Amino acid sequence: MPNNRLTQLFREKTGNLLNVYFTAGYPKLEDTVTILEELEASGADLVEIGMPFSDPLADGPTIQASNMVALDNGMSLKVLLKQLEGVREKVTLPIILMGYLNPVMQYGFERFCEDAARVGVDGLILPDLPFAEYEEEYKPILEKHGLSLIFLITPQTSDTRIRQIDNLTNSFIYMVSSASTTGSQVQTNDAQQAYFSRVRNLGLKNPLLIGFGISDKNSFELACQTAHGAIIGSAFIKALQNAAEVRENVRSFLKSIKSEPTVQA
Amino acid sequence: MSKNYGVSERGYYGQFGGAFIPEMLYPNVEELREKYVQIIEEPEFQEELHLLLRDYVGRPTPLYHAKRLSERYNTKIYLKREDLNHTGAHKINNTVGQILMAKRLGKKRIIAETGAGQHGVATATVCALAGLECIVYMGKIDTERQKPNVEKMKLLGATVVPVTSGSQTLKDATNEAIRDWINNPVDTHYIIGSVVGPHPYPDMVARFQAIISEEIRNQLLEKEGRELPDYVVACVGGGSNAAGAFYHFLDEESVKLVAVEAAGLGVDSGHSAATSVLGKTGIIHGSKTLLMQTEDGQITEPYSISAGLDYPGVGPLHAHLAQSGRAQFIAITDADAMEALRELSRLEGIIPAIESSHALAALKEINAGPEDVVVLNLSGRGDKDLNTILTYFEQQDAQQ
Ligand SMILES: Cc1ncc(COP(=O)(O)O)c(C=O)c1O
Repeated sequence: MPNNRLTQLFREKTGNLLNVYFTAGYPKLEDTVTILEELEASGADLVEIGMPFSDPLADGPTIQASNMVALDNGMSLKVLLKQLEGVREKVTLPIILMGYLNPVMQYGFERFCEDAARVGVDGLILPDLPFAEYEEEYKPILEKHGLSLIFLITPQTSDTRIRQIDNLTNSFIYMVSSASTTGSQVQTNDAQQAYFSRVRNLGLKNPLLIGFGISDKNSFELACQTAHGAIIGSAFIKALQNAAEVRENVRSFLKSIKSEPTVQA
Repeated sequence: MSKNYGVSERGYYGQFGGAFIPEMLYPNVEELREKYVQIIEEPEFQEELHLLLRDYVGRPTPLYHAKRLSERYNTKIYLKREDLNHTGAHKINNTVGQILMAKRLGKKRIIAETGAGQHGVATATVCALAGLECIVYMGKIDTERQKPNVEKMKLLGATVVPVTSGSQTLKDATNEAIRDWINNPVDTHYIIGSVVGPHPYPDMVARFQAIISEEIRNQLLEKEGRELPDYVVACVGGGSNAAGAFYHFLDEESVKLVAVEAAGLGVDSGHSAATSVLGKTGIIHGSKTLLMQTEDGQITEPYSISAGLDYPGVGPLHAHLAQSGRAQFIAITDADAMEALRELSRLEGIIPAIESSHALAALKEINAGPEDVVVLNLSGRGDKDLNTILTYFEQQDAQQ
């Protein structure tokens, strides 16, 4: 089992974890490290850096559009890993790279893991990597490089499958709040509450972070009452579109989420 | 099912296939995977399917001995007349099968992607027949290029959603249909239009198209006293008509299988859809297969004059047939396909679809002899392409 910044974070902090997603190379090619620094300074607990892809089929319009802009800006895995060189002298928060399998395959899976680990990445989210393939082919490679792989679950995921995922995972489980692509407006309803309590009652070993549709202080705090924390993606991408300078956009968005002390989960 | 080229338990053809899908799609795809074989093999399902294929689609389609075409190429050519199917192409074989599948699964809402609009029309048609809601995703650029098919789908009661994401063509329409399925995980069935997508789609669609080669065998026996031709030729976009035409010949090593891709302006022109030449192994729409992409793994936009062959990937079965050498892959340019289209029109009085014309143009490449029997799958008729055809020949005349 890897011992990285992710596993360490979850040992030290068990509630109100704020995980922020942004697309590498967006809004500008060179913003990646700036955004990372500002996120850490403004109180994010961990980050997911999106690796842009031409065909992001689990993503809604906001993240799709940011992927297109990032690719037009010239972002690629090579460029991203180059930008992340030396990043560990600047930030200490856990870094997860999130993206689709195809670009990683073309880079070379093993070489990618090696290079990512070397620059200080702690985990990967590859939503279209099925866990049967992961177990057979990819797990040893990730483990060799000390990287955690994070899996998603949805309201349709069966208890049995959630337990299997829990067994394979050693950082956290990404709990998709409702059947949707990223960025959808999620209404809290009975079915969703039933899903949350069903999962909570499974007594999983890994912490749960809720993602998809978490957009502001209110939805973040609600999610934190159910889970160990939450993931904000599309809403943050939208905040980066504001007219102000990028650091200021990051700072004011995080302030809006964390303005007052939150209730302990 | 084929011994050597059939799908494995895990959905693979050799090293290609599988189900590379996000968890949000897993329950839908898994439900289908668990049930599709059992449902297809139920006697009542088969009976209902065959009745519809006969009385609604118009099967069996003729196997026509094209004498003047045969003379021209100095070999014996049979055309499998999929162009005579209801809605004008082989696409309906699959949509009839899948609509019955959707009903067995208790689904209330049907989604589909379409490029040229043939699959969209075939889906809208069976949805009307079954009384199910139908939403068709179509790249915005394609809705403009293929207006008559958009109007047909609407007339049939379908909702056509123009897709403005990405490059606004078939691959993006497919992405958007998949996103719809993610957002509607309970009541919706996705009728995919070719032997692409996550397992079990390539196998399920191939099974529904396999009726083509089943009929060819029977018809050849009747006409030639033998079930096996020397060649089977078919065009490949995603690969469904070719999969259907090859299906019952896959294990018959004496039968040469010829898969014809679109070279567009030429394989090396930068405007091509010849995936087996230009593609590398990767993941597209949930399947590990050959696909056209940049060095960085971004999927590129293919080009062909034929909207139905304009797909950056190819089904995993075909990737396996290409890699194993079981099928010969030939790439045909726009110009050669259009010439073949005019040739068939004038020699036989049959106006083929531009897709099928690619297969016709391959006749001059395969060197079949006078004793050989060649079956060419004429996947569709050219009515839908009339505007493209007229514009193409007008421009050509203007240049001369
Ligand atoms: C007439 C015709 N032939 C062939 C194709 C290509 O599809 P496939 O390769 O799945 O048969 C299409 C697709 O629209 C078509 O309309």
